[in-house]
Parts: sequence; C-alpha cells; structure tokens
Amino acid sequence: MENLDSNSIFLLAAILVPLLTGSVLLFGSGFSQGVRRSVALVGFGLPFIVGIWLYCQFEASLVGAYNFELRLPTGLESIGIYLHLGLNAISLPLFLLAGAVGLAAGLYAMHSKAERPHLYLALLLFMLGGLMGTFASIDVFFFYFFHEFALIPTFLMIGIWGGAGRRGAAIEMTIYLTLGALLSLLGLIALYVQSGVESFSLLELRNYLSAQPLAETVQNNIFALLLFGFGILVSLFPFHSWAPKGYAVAPTGAAMLHAGVLKKFGLYGLLQIAAPLLPAGAEHWFPWIVWLALGNILIIGLITLAQKDLKMMLGYSSVMHMGYAFLGLACFSAVGAGGALLLMVAHGLSVALLFMLSTCVYHRSQTFDLAAMGGLAMKAPVLAAFFVAATMASIGLPGFGNFWGEFTIFVALAENPVTRWLVAPAAIGIIISAIYGLRAVANIFFGPPKAQFAERLESGKIVDLQGFEKLPACVLIAGLLVTGIFPRVLSDDANQELMGLYRDNKSTLSVTGAATGSPDAVATKEVKH
Amino acid sequence: MNELLIEFLRGFTATNEWAAILPEIALGVLALSLLIAEMVLPNKHQSLVPRLAIWGQLGVLLLAAGAVSAGLSSERVAFSGMILQTDITHMMRAFFLLSSILVCYLGQIYLSKQNLPRTEFYALVLIISAALMLLVQSHNFVMFFVALETVTVAFYVLVAYCRTSQFSLEAGLKYLILGAMSSAILLFGIVLLYGAAGNPGLVASSTDALNYSELTNFVLLNADNAIVRVGALLVIAGIFFKIGAFPFQIWVPDVYQGAPTPVTAYLAVASKAAGFIVLMQLLRGPFIGLSDFLVPVLSVIAAATILFGNVAAVTQRNVKRLMGLSGIAHAGYLLVGVIASLSVSWAVYAVIFYLVTYLLASFAVFGVMGLVAGSDDAYQELDQYENFARKHPFLGGVLACGLGSLAGIPPLGGFIGKLFLFVAAFQAGLYGLLGVSIIGVVISIYYYFGWIRESYFSEPSREVQTDASGAGSPSDRFLLGTLVFATVIIGVLPAALPIIP
Repeated sequence: MENLDSNSIFLLAAILVPLLTGSVLLFGSGFSQGVRRSVALVGFGLPFIVGIWLYCQFEASLVGAYNFELRLPTGLESIGIYLHLGLNAISLPLFLLAGAVGLAAGLYAMHSKAERPHLYLALLLFMLGGLMGTFASIDVFFFYFFHEFALIPTFLMIGIWGGAGRRGAAIEMTIYLTLGALLSLLGLIALYVQSGVESFSLLELRNYLSAQPLAETVQNNIFALLLFGFGILVSLFPFHSWAPKGYAVAPTGAAMLHAGVLKKFGLYGLLQIAAPLLPAGAEHWFPWIVWLALGNILIIGLITLAQKDLKMMLGYSSVMHMGYAFLGLACFSAVGAGGALLLMVAHGLSVALLFMLSTCVYHRSQTFDLAAMGGLAMKAPVLAAFFVAATMASIGLPGFGNFWGEFTIFVALAENPVTRWLVAPAAIGIIISAIYGLRAVANIFFGPPKAQFAERLESGKIVDLQGFEKLPACVLIAGLLVTGIFPRVLSDDANQELMGLYRDNKSTLSVTGAATGSPDAVATKEVKH
Repeated sequence: MNELLIEFLRGFTATNEWAAILPEIALGVLALSLLIAEMVLPNKHQSLVPRLAIWGQLGVLLLAAGAVSAGLSSERVAFSGMILQTDITHMMRAFFLLSSILVCYLGQIYLSKQNLPRTEFYALVLIISAALMLLVQSHNFVMFFVALETVTVAFYVLVAYCRTSQFSLEAGLKYLILGAMSSAILLFGIVLLYGAAGNPGLVASSTDALNYSELTNFVLLNADNAIVRVGALLVIAGIFFKIGAFPFQIWVPDVYQGAPTPVTAYLAVASKAAGFIVLMQLLRGPFIGLSDFLVPVLSVIAAATILFGNVAAVTQRNVKRLMGLSGIAHAGYLLVGVIASLSVSWAVYAVIFYLVTYLLASFAVFGVMGLVAGSDDAYQELDQYENFARKHPFLGGVLACGLGSLAGIPPLGGFIGKLFLFVAAFQAGLYGLLGVSIIGVVISIYYYFGWIRESYFSEPSREVQTDASGAGSPSDRFLLGTLVFATVIIGVLPAALPIIP
C-alpha cells in the first residue's frame, strides 16, 4: 500500500463505484424510479468527474512513468500480478473517453423503456466499471481481466434486450471476442514468461525489454499472437463479421459502450504494449497490418455503401474506420500512433453518438430501413442537426476530433517513403464514407417522405429531440468539438509520451507539431529533452 | 477446547500409527453408525440420518483440520511405507470431504423426489470419501489397488441406485463392465511392473517391488525395459479410464446421464480429482524415469481429450450428458497441467487450484440441476431451462455464475484456475497444447453460453409465470449462494484460497 494519495483513491473509486452501484441495482427490483435513477447517476457520473479531475491534476512531466500509481496485492503475487493502477498520457484520453461515453450511455439508459430496468442499468454499470479498470491498469493481467469483465454484460444485454436475431448474434460475438481475448492473453503470458521479469507490470516489462530486447523470432511470434488477438477485438478485416451483426441487434447502451469504448481496447493494447515492447515483431508483421487495414477501409467501405439498414450501416462504418487507426499504428512512429490515439477517442465519441441518435430516429420512424424514411428534419430539426453533425464528424470534417486523427495519420503515412502510396487508397476511403454518410442523412431527414412514412409524419406523433436525449448528445458533441477545435488538450502530453515510447523511429518532429496543430509546443519540448 | 483437542491429537499420534488415518476411520465409523441409526430410529425420525451424515462429516473435516494445525502436516510415512502423507494429501482430504458433504446434501434433494431406500446412499458416499482419501495417500500399489477398488465397487452401486429407472440400470451395467475391464488392465500393469522389478537379474531389483520409492529407483535405471514401459502404460490407461481421458471416455455420457444427479456430481468432481492426484504422484514418482517416453503419449491424449470433449458437447441437448462431455474437456486441460508438472513443480498446485474451482462451479450447476429435475432424473433437457432465469432469478444467477466459471470467464474462480494452468504450461514450453486448449475454451463458450442463453434470453411473446415450486428451500439457496460467493471471491482475490505456495 505505498503512496496512497487521494488521487489514486479517486482512480480506484472510478472503477469501484460503478461496480458497487451496479451491485446495489442488481438487487434493486423494488426500487422506485427516482431511487433507481439517482443510484445509477452516481455510478455513471463519478467516473466522468474523476476523469476530468485527474486530467486537471495530470503531470505531463513524468514521461515514461505513470501518474496516480496505486498497487494492491490480490493473492497472485507469486506470479507477479498486482492490482496496479495508474494513468499515463496514452491511457488518460481513453480513460476520459470511457467516462464521457459511459455518462452519455447512462443518461440515455436511465430513460430507456426496457423491461427490468434495474438489471439493464446494473449491467451497464458493470460494463463501465470494467472499462474504467481496463484503461487504468498498468498490470497487463488486470488490463485483460477488466476487459473480459466488461464483455459478459455485453453478451447478456444483447441477449436479453437485443433486437431480432439476437440469440445468434450474441453467441457469435462472444465466441469471436473470447477467441481474440484468449489469443491476446496467450501473447501476454508469452511476454511474461519469455522476458523472465517475473512481473506482469507494464512498467517493469517496458524497462526490462528496452534494455534487453527479445530475440527476433520470439518477438515475431508474440507479436503475431497480440496482433491477431487484439485485431479480432477491434474487428480487423477479415475477423470483423461479429461487429455489424452484434451492433445491429445490441440495445443502445451496450452498443454505445462497446463500439465507442470497449472495442478500443485492442488498439490500445497494440499501441501501448505490443508495438513499443516488440519493435522487431511489429516490423515483421508490418505488411500484414497494412493490407488488412486496407481491407477494412476499402472492402468494408464498399460493403457499407451497400447497406440499407441504418444500424448495419453504422456497424460497418465503425469497422471501416478502425482501418485508419491500424494504418496509423503501422507507421510505428509517434506521429502515426498519436493520430491513431486521437482517432480512437474521436471515433469513440462520434460512433456512440450515432448509435444513440439512430435509436432516437427509430423511436420516431419505427424503422431502420433507410429507404423507408425521408423528411424527418421537418418535424425533428434538432435531431437532424445533431445527426448531421455526428455524420460530419464521422466522415472527418474539420472542426471535429476525427479530422485531426485522420489528418495526422495521413501525414504520418506521407512522411515515410515506404508508406506514401497508402495515402491514395486511404483517401478513397474518405470519399466512400462521405458518400454513405451523406446519403444516409439525405434519406432520413431530407427529401420527400416515403409513402407510409408520410402518414406517420403527418399524424403528429413525431416530436423533436427531448431533454433526456439532448443531454447525452450534448456531452458527446462537446467532446468532439473540444478535440476538434483544440486537439492540444490531448495531443501535447500524448505526443511527448509516444516520442519516448517509439524513440527508435526517427520521426520528423516538426510535422508532428503541424499535424496536431501545435508546432511551438512540440518544438519547445524537444529543446527541453 | 480446540487446544485441548490439538494437544490430545499430538500425544495420540506420537504413540499410535493408526492416528495417521483418523479421519478415514471416523468416516467408516460414521457410515456404520448411519446404518445402525436407520434400524434404531423410529420412522418419524428417519430424516435425522442425512443430517447425521452431513454434520458428522463436518466434524470429521474439523478433525482433519485440527490434525493439520496440530503440526502433523509434515511428510509422514505410515504402516511401513503403505501410506505417505504430504501437504497435498491433506489438502485433498478436505477436498473429498467437501465434495462428499455436498453430495450428501444434493442426495437429500434427489431422494426426496424418489421412492428409494435412503440410508445406504449416505453410507456409500462416506465410504467412497474415505477410500478416496486413502487412494491419494497410498504409497504402495497394493494399498492403491485396494483403495481404488473400494471406490469403484461403491460407485457401481451408487450409479445404479435408482433401480426403477432403465437409464440408471443401463448406466450401472456399463460402468460395471467397463470399470471391471479397466481395473483388470490396471492390475495387469501393476503385475508387469512387480514382475520386472522383482527380477533379480535386473539392476536395482527389489523385494518390495510394489513400494513407490523402490519402484522409482528401479524404473530410473531400467527406463528402456519394454516390460516396464508396457506396465507403466497399462497402469496409466487404467487411471485414464477413471478420469475419462480419450480414448477411455466412451462410458462418460451414458453413465453421467443415467446415474442420479448427486452421483454424477460425485463422479465428475471427486473421482476425477483423485485420478489426477494419483496420476501426478505416479508420473512424478515411480514413472519419473519414463518421462521422455510418456510425455509425447500424454500430450497426444491431452489434445485429443480436449478436442473430443468440447466438440462432442456442442451438439448435446441433455444437460447431464453435456456436463459429462464438458467434464472430459476439463480433464484435458488438467492433463496439460499434469504434463507441465513434470518440469514445473508448482504446476501440481495449479492443478489442485483448478480442481477446487471446478468443484465449486460444478456443484453450483449440479445443485441447480438437482432442483430443476423432475422425478425422472435422466431426463434433463436444455429446453427445460427456457425462461429459467425469469422464473427463478436467484437460481438463474447461480447457474450463470457456475457455467461462467466453468467456461473460465473473469471475475470467476474458473478463470484464475485456467490462468495458473496456462502460465504453468507456458513455463513448461507446451505451446502446442496451449493452442489446443485455447481452441477448446473457445468451443466451450458455445455450449456453456448456449445454456445461459437458454435460461436468460426468453422470447418476449411468451407469458411467464413465476412459480415457487422448484425454487429450493432457504437452506438450498444459502448453500448455492455460498458456492457462488466462494467462486467470485476466488476470482477476485485468489489469495483467499491458499494453495499456490
């Protein structure tokens, strides 16, 4: 129980409070609506507040170390496992993302009309607790543990409250994700055994392996386990088929948290663990990452174009955008990784917003069929405005965080002659996403309503976005705008940390600065080093 | 009071070798007194018998724990090398007692639905428990065989206990024939080893050729001897029958389905656990000289066991058969741990840890099955679990936690058990087997989660009434709740189970 300062306790609380309030709600079938909502609000609100607070307290000067460290024994000391929590500049943005999306999903779920609402909220809280734990873990075992922990509520939520075809989708998703998780667990165990540090702590592994890198073949093998294990979890092509089906049937809260946050686990693992610790392995598998990522962007992009169902389209588009993050990672430079990190955060916010708004659309239109709507903007202009903004963000228009993420990745690709050609196919992907995104907006909100839908529109039953829907949407939009207009809030510290991690790759620092919109900041830090 | 007991035990054991097996003797006495109690007690007090069995065993558990805390846990040889007690055998004593207590409790639920004689059931369970304890302590093949046969013969009776059910009788017959055959194979192996080791023409031959320590020396120096190898293989084959490893697993689904649910649980947990402990003792003891020869054989068998169990379980609709086949898969994972224990010594404790988590999760699931089952115990289909969690939220939760732990999902104990096994296997360099295990675990998700899905994901169109019948009494709920609680605690705080040194 060393260095027990109050911020570490807050960090622990951000994990435990959702779990505790979830447990309370689990047995709260008799609670009145008011009690239920206030208990849930504590659980959903606290991680977000803690996230903001810790962001303000964060000391960026500790490059290569963690802030708010906390280490507790759990009985696995004999194999070097501790509940070791802390945040660095790479995990902090994702911690914040989990808090924000969790709050939005919670605010929306509190008003959901699902049956057995106490169970619904309890599972969502368990999921949130697991997510906060995942990104706050320094110990790679707990990093995995919390991820798996968050997976089970997803399965149950899809199964109990999902749409048509949920039985198959829930099982398919769970099998895929368990396979990915187990492969990555094997990779992590391999890392532990092969390094011989007798510790699962990422810090110790990193310190040890940077001094004594593993042999190249060992690195190649372990990186393969981690790449495909984590890749399945991020729906890397061709292991993506679970994602659109699962998201299409998932209840809104689960889809928001899973697509928005939980899925980023795999990328985070590659970014924070696999690539820095196994540079030779990463280099070896570089062509694979590039081609599979292109599969995500182009093949899935074309598949997305063909979707007629709004939720399927969103599911496929979230798979597609992961391709950009993989491309950013494939650069193995601070610039590329930084772009991937920004994109992960921005994409998480935008995809959660889109899933939520698509449910709002459904409540008004009673259909997800894109061809059966039209003209909804006349009756629900605020909803239309939010939806258009979210779509623009997802396409990557300036002003939203996604733009900086994708732009930085493009820069990272262009600055290396080996990857320069990738800019062209990646740019085609942007055009594809603009086509399907704008077409969906046009089909739903503008133009003449289709025959049956016109009657609904005229019947006066359709109201605009209500307060409980606006509030979570505002939280998410605010996040997108902040990262879009002022990306330095996240990128400065992350950039510094990533330059430390990917120090072997000679990245041109001035471009990093330009890409993240802060040349001076980077230049000054460079001098300080 | 406790100190007095400990003081008494210390003095008693210092002067008396029989004291070493006091818990086993106590169980035997308890079993006999149950039979007497049945004769003596008037009809209206017959319900005292199961209580006597359960509380009596709790007393024995206390006695065994007292013996350990009295400082008798150090290694001890008794009866001129017939018995060897180590910290592992002490742990397993508690393990077997725990499982027989749970079996007696489940037996109470089961027998209340059947028109069958009662007392013999408990007496036989106690005798099996005592024999299992002796089995893992045996340090001589005579002791080993006698203990094993006591277990097996008592199981012949228990499997066919429901004599009005065709399934139970069929299961009893199958278990009898195949069990007898496996005993014969085992005995043949022992005899071959005895013959070889007693041959004065070979180096290190011994006049006490059934003793493990003597055999260890002999086998080390005669590892190339064909008769020794065949003998060892036959002995291992006999044990593989007990643990249901491929290709000796063919009896498992039928016997598990036909046997009364508590007996199925007993077979699945205690009998299997004893098989693994004995296997590890033999492989790390007398057969250590044959490691190079045996490891490839064991590896192939472990891989085949994992794949067979999981693939066969996928199509099962009868949950008793499903538990049997998935139990084969667990035997496969445990075999991986056993192989790892040949080069990584703490893997022994990883195997025991896994067995404990398997016990907790299995009894939670079997407990729910016992409550759900109607009077026809062999007929327990997956369809009966439709909407189960809606009807019985508590039992649904117990079932989900039990199955989740068996599938190895955090934060449940089964996950930590698998983690230890995998780490040990990795340290032993068993990469191929690890790959097979991963495939097996992924397949197992399908049927374990399929069961959870059946109980949770109801069709909204159907109306469900909550009915109180089959929900279990408060004490049933308390027991199942305790099992689940222990599973969760072990998953979150593995230190709660002080097995890994």
